[in-house]
Amino acid sequence: MTSLQPVLEVRDLRVVRGGRQVLGIQRFAVAAHETVAVVGPNGAGKSTLLLALSLLVGAQEGSLLLHGEVVTPRLALNLRRQIGLVLAAPMLLDTTVRQNVAAGLRFRGIRGQQVSTRVDEWLDRLGILPLRDRHARELSSGEAQRVSLARAFVLEPEVLLLDEPFASVDAAARSQLIDDTERLLRETSRACVVVTHDLDEASRLGTRMAVIIDGQLRQDDVPQSVLSAPCDEDVAAFVGVQTRLLGRVESVQDGLAVVDVGGCRIEALSTLSPGRQVMCCLRPEDVTLRLSGQAGPVTSARNRLTGNILRIVGKGPFVQVTVACGPMIVADVTRASATELGLREGEQVEATFKATAVHLIGLQQ
Amino acid sequence: MDDLVQITLLSLGVSGLATAISLLIGLPLGTVLALSVFRSRGLVLSVVNTGMALPPVVAGLAIALMLWRSGPLGDLNLIYTPTAIVIAEVVIATPVILGLAAAGIGQLDPRLQVQLQGLGASRYQTVWWLWREARLSLLAALMAGFGSVISEVGAAMMVGGNISGQTRVLTTAIVLDVSRGDFGTAIELAGILLALAFMVNGVLTWAQQSGRRG
Repeated sequence: MTSLQPVLEVRDLRVVRGGRQVLGIQRFAVAAHETVAVVGPNGAGKSTLLLALSLLVGAQEGSLLLHGEVVTPRLALNLRRQIGLVLAAPMLLDTTVRQNVAAGLRFRGIRGQQVSTRVDEWLDRLGILPLRDRHARELSSGEAQRVSLARAFVLEPEVLLLDEPFASVDAAARSQLIDDTERLLRETSRACVVVTHDLDEASRLGTRMAVIIDGQLRQDDVPQSVLSAPCDEDVAAFVGVQTRLLGRVESVQDGLAVVDVGGCRIEALSTLSPGRQVMCCLRPEDVTLRLSGQAGPVTSARNRLTGNILRIVGKGPFVQVTVACGPMIVADVTRASATELGLREGEQVEATFKATAVHLIGLQQ
Repeated sequence: MDDLVQITLLSLGVSGLATAISLLIGLPLGTVLALSVFRSRGLVLSVVNTGMALPPVVAGLAIALMLWRSGPLGDLNLIYTPTAIVIAEVVIATPVILGLAAAGIGQLDPRLQVQLQGLGASRYQTVWWLWREARLSLLAALMAGFGSVISEVGAAMMVGGNISGQTRVLTTAIVLDVSRGDFGTAIELAGILLALAFMVNGVLTWAQQSGRRG
């Protein structure tokens, strides 16, 4: 959670639809210079949070504060004129690119040369100045979303709210658009909330990562902490921690815990007390594999488990290998390494990982 | 010849005024109907859709009963006046424009409204841009509204009385000429009526098609 003075903040937010609570958040805030990436599975309530931040969804309870001042529904228009909203679909108006980008300025009563100057500046910064007289319906998905981003940035708002802004963009254009958005956010120092279900996008853009699951804010921290030290099993599963093993702390010495996982001993850095039920979380990229009996590089990894490969599945440039070591350990290996090592289903391998790679979640007794 | 000009101008004036009034009533109500969520919305939509199929003679009968000398609005002395025809035609055209406007605006992506508001549009700015986005449908609604009244005969006859030089319009004149067996004049008037409808709809269609590109 941000310790800086928040620009926009919600407290005790509760949104109910069809008799079901879809969002219940005690506090969520964004400060200047920071980008909060809101992540979570589909239907978790991420977009509802974004709409609640712009008073575009009716909340049953809660208060919204802009620079510490409560925004009442009567002042909703004032609030919305200090934000810039970008939706997943570009939602461009049936007119030229230039008119689209000018729309928000005109809503604010800005006219004349100032509009053209600002519009041209932002079209240029998003690399679409040559498209300014084109009709919005003639653009590619990537170009259209650039127009949508320019339309929000040109307002120079207090807060940018981006809802899955790259979801409608094809893969080839997406990476460049994410880079450009990151650069513009850095250059403008705008407070920004970006909703996404893509962890790579969230890690690239977010200075903080907020995980929403089942309408609740489960974890709000810097991305590295969320990814490597999730607070509960749902968050761990969402952020890609594929090895999640139930165990019991046997002993702790000098901050190094030994956990009994179904007869296997796993060492992890922890201060949880002996006897405590825990969940051991291990990211697949932190596990190294080699065929049993093969010489490998010397490693300081404290955990070595032997087992047979149960399954190998493709995962982009990697293959994901599940090893039955007693507990199931999942490892990501590059395709080249998998070929070089001769990994095949049924082969016996040794899985090694460091004690620092294991994150323990203390469970309720 | 003077009669012909007077009848044509009266037809155009009465139908044009009735369409304009129907637009002023139907467009805002259609917008509200398209954008609002309320409990009896389905019922209201059914009533509007029934209104779109309202037989003109039924509208004429209702207005005639209201404006008749002994009727509740008899003191206004409007029966058998062009005003009475305008009132009846407003009753006929309003549900058509309202229903089609609601359908046209309702077809817009609901996220467009959210996007406009999220860019800081006020309520009126939002509605203006939604009308702009739905302009093809709205012009079609306007054409349908005008078409429903320029071609209407039953109500004009009933509340206007087809009085020569006062309330005789092209459609009622055609009916009279046919009943007299004067088919030549009837065909002439029918040609004028068609030309009139073609011209007005031609202008609206031109506006609609040029609006396709912004």
